[in-house]
Amino acid sequence: MVAPSNAKSPDALRVQLALVGCNHRTAPVELRERLSFTSQQALDAAAELRRQGILDEAIILSTCNRSELYGVPAESAAAPADAMEEFLTSFHRMHRSQLDGRVYRSTGADAVRHLFRVSAGLDSMLLGEAEILGQLRAAYGDALARGVTGPILNRVFQGALEVGKRVRAETEIGARPMSVALAGVKLAERVFGNLKGRSAMILGAGDVAGQVAEHLRHRGIGSLRIVNRSYGHAAELARRIGGSAAAWESLEALTPEADVIVSSVGGAGVVLSRQTLESAIAARNSRPIFVVDLGVPRNIAPESVGLYNLYLYNVDDLGEIVEQNKKAREAEIPRAEAIIATHVAKFEAWRAALESASVADDLRSLFHRQREELLRERFVQMQNASPEERERIARITEELIDRVLSQPTELLRSGRGVRGRLGAIEALRHFFGLHDDAKDREDHD
Amino acid sequence: MTNHLAYLSLALYAASFCCYARILYAPHNWLGRLATLLLAAGILLHYFALLERSRAMHAVPYDDLYGSMSLFAWLLAVTYLGLEVFHRQRSVGAFVTFLLILWLGALELRAPVEKPASPAAHGPLFALHVTLNTWAYAAFALSFVLSLIYLAENRILRSRHPGAAFWRFPALEALDVMARSSVYMGLAALAAGVVMGVIWARRLVGASIWDDPKVAVTLAIFIIYGAYLRLSRRANWRGARAALLCAANFSVVLFSYTFVNKYLTRFHHFL
Repeated sequence: MVAPSNAKSPDALRVQLALVGCNHRTAPVELRERLSFTSQQALDAAAELRRQGILDEAIILSTCNRSELYGVPAESAAAPADAMEEFLTSFHRMHRSQLDGRVYRSTGADAVRHLFRVSAGLDSMLLGEAEILGQLRAAYGDALARGVTGPILNRVFQGALEVGKRVRAETEIGARPMSVALAGVKLAERVFGNLKGRSAMILGAGDVAGQVAEHLRHRGIGSLRIVNRSYGHAAELARRIGGSAAAWESLEALTPEADVIVSSVGGAGVVLSRQTLESAIAARNSRPIFVVDLGVPRNIAPESVGLYNLYLYNVDDLGEIVEQNKKAREAEIPRAEAIIATHVAKFEAWRAALESASVADDLRSLFHRQREELLRERFVQMQNASPEERERIARITEELIDRVLSQPTELLRSGRGVRGRLGAIEALRHFFGLHDDAKDREDHD
Repeated sequence: MTNHLAYLSLALYAASFCCYARILYAPHNWLGRLATLLLAAGILLHYFALLERSRAMHAVPYDDLYGSMSLFAWLLAVTYLGLEVFHRQRSVGAFVTFLLILWLGALELRAPVEKPASPAAHGPLFALHVTLNTWAYAAFALSFVLSLIYLAENRILRSRHPGAAFWRFPALEALDVMARSSVYMGLAALAAGVVMGVIWARRLVGASIWDDPKVAVTLAIFIIYGAYLRLSRRANWRGARAALLCAANFSVVLFSYTFVNKYLTRFHHFL
């Protein structure tokens, strides 16, 4: 056999993506805890997957709702999904039987679609949540910096980030608030626009008050004041969130200074009367006040609702808005799926183009090797043939190969649709043993 | 609007309206950009339509109500586009383009008069006078639209039942700022336009214009919009009441633009 080139040919290129993982739908929190990775562990594990020859490229996405291994299986890996699952359990010192069918796996376009759905927030516990996109970006960025990715995962993850951005920009899936606390803050933005430079006063220092304070801080509120009956609790929350605490006795005096008031004082009854709010608005020169009353029983006098430039929402109002928003988000799923389908198709087209070129090269190399081998054998028997005759025979056989390959090459380049091209690629690989042939040559090397 | 360019610009405004209306319910980045592009293309064609009319008349194209209304619509579109780019806020576009379509559609019901303009209508001073005043009216119209949106959004917020499009609207504060800047722009243009008008009347007509009813109505416009700007910062007026005043003020602008121009004035009479 004619010795192949020593350089690793691109003909071994086969664009495949494999996924093994579990999420909040398939695994309880106890199992997810055991299978989770810290950022450093995720990078180390990805490097180890490559070192063991299971994957050529690897990224691990680990959040509170999922642990997923994405990778491009190495050519030498016999059953990559099994090997990935085995690795997942051994890394966490578990036995595979403990997974008890709670781990899912997929390959090719299905794996790509799954990743795109994750980035779009369709696979999240809270439909359309934005946090996953940041987590995915961080996981990819870290993996890229560590050098455990490659051209295929780069393409897939960049596509996923684009899908995540497009879905959030072009659909309402992540636009409307899904929690009472966030709904209150977003409504305040409908009045004031940007909250930077605004002041907020939180009445109460419990969990709900803390959530609202965090949302306000996250959205850039200028100043944040916590007022609570227990000054110690107020000071603790203020320290944690980055605001200031004030004594309960100063509540009325401080009310005119607040653009946004959020009250969540348990079992306290009315803590801000209509008269107090009316005086506050007058003292503010009629600048609006946005008030969110999350207390039950209500903390803000309900009759304040008619005051000019006072916007008052209670927990039921916000609950109703959140319920509406939930339905609105669900209604956006088909549009998000359509965007995902477009990007999966784009990825498949890219894959088809890449593999077409690779298979065409493979096929040409195979024919040329066979030709060279045949000529060498025959020229030994044709002792009387002149160099010119040998040259002519060599040229004719070369032309023959060009003619024979012109149609399949054209089919690979511009065949009927992506599916047709991928089908043709597989058929050619099968008929001509291209995959085995590439492996043989690697072994030979 | 008799030429093809004018019809084409109306079609572009209508297409732009469809895109703006669509993004109120379902945001699409590309659709928003398309809406802006269509509006810009409409403005460009509308400009060429005005230019063509101007060439036909050998003067600025607003010596009659038809030309004046067409210029008004064009300046309204230009002013809005400027505000949209400056404030990066497309959600008002649907309302403004809807007003444009209504305005230009109404214009089509009236046959244009393409007679040569009077000699007095020639020259840059007159052109500046009318353009600036029309621009002022366009800016007041924009403040009217913004105030109406403010009132609607305020009502929704107070009813505590926000609908689908609500989350796409600009904040009340942004609408307030946009409406006020539009009024500032209108008053500045009106003041400059009036000065040009006075100079033009003295130089070219040689007559006193102070007894013209148009002057009194213009003065009233200065007073009511000045009052709006002052009251909108004062207690008990800030917010919805100021927006209501701003919207109501526009009725005086409309009165000045239509009834006064048509029946009362000597110098601003449209044929």
